Amino acid sequence: MAIGWYLSVSAIVFCIGAGGVLARRNPMVIFLCLELMLNGANLALVAFARMWGGEAGQVFALIVMVVAAAEVTVGLGLIVAIYRRRLPIDVDELSELHG
Amino acid sequence: MSQVLFFIAAICAITGALGVVLLRNPFYSVLALAFHLVSLAALFLLLRAEFVAAGQVIIYAGAVIVIYVFVVAYVGGGASLPSGAVLRVLGPLFAVALAVELCIAILGSGLKGVKGKGAPYVSGFGTPAHIGTLLLTKYLFPFEAASILLLLAAVGAVVLARRRRGLEGEEEPSLRIRTAEPDYTGTMAEAAGVRPTAYDELTHPEAEGAAPTPEPTHTGGW
Repeated sequence: MAIGWYLSVSAIVFCIGAGGVLARRNPMVIFLCLELMLNGANLALVAFARMWGGEAGQVFALIVMVVAAAEVTVGLGLIVAIYRRRLPIDVDELSELHG
Repeated sequence: MSQVLFFIAAICAITGALGVVLLRNPFYSVLALAFHLVSLAALFLLLRAEFVAAGQVIIYAGAVIVIYVFVVAYVGGGASLPSGAVLRVLGPLFAVALAVELCIAILGSGLKGVKGKGAPYVSGFGTPAHIGTLLLTKYLFPFEAASILLLLAAVGAVVLARRRRGLEGEEEPSLRIRTAEPDYTGTMAEAAGVRPTAYDELTHPEAEGAAPTPEPTHTGGW
């Protein structure tokens, strides 16, 4: 398969994630959609690594995975803290930092 | 063969991604994400990135999904919230516009590399041995930085999610004091209706036998 097909799939996955981040209100689902965006970027990185025959892109994809895992840990910790304080789990309600 | 595998994996990945966004219950969204991640690992394998595919399945589909499932089970699905009126229309519109634009840019580009099948395959490309050698020689600094980042994230999550007395001290007693629950509350016997439920005992105290229950007046026939 040509590399362009893989890039198209990665673009579609990224856009689905971006639309989900914009449209959903549950922070957990927003994190899931962020994962989708990161995975789309990962697929593009791996496809480019295949295109050039170098492995730097794959190392980059691994580092992106590590960053995603760190983001999930901190984000879900935040959600648990929000839940403990009896605040609504809804990004439209949690707008105290909104300017 | 690789084309068939590619289309199967790609359709599965896109279906899983759509499921994450469209399903109302967060638990089902997490399951859809797991499905998406596994099919993405198949795409990685087609791109000869064995180590990344294995890491995808182990780290994402193994560890991250488990964290998500735990948090969804702890917090609960919550009410399925409809999105705001403006973003509910603008978000998908923006996503579709971006996807169309990116696909036009990718498929219509004059770059030869994008049209080609990639560099000629070198034996050992993408295997754990190669990636590990790179991580410990050329990319040692990002590797160490990633380990520090993971340590910071773990400590940060513990600090964020622990109980703080100052912030929620007033609500703590209500958590600890629990009203005495009647027997069989929350058991399968209650759910199946074999035992009287707590609700029945509260609303019909005469069901204990103090008041005569109206006998069914079946005398046979209509």
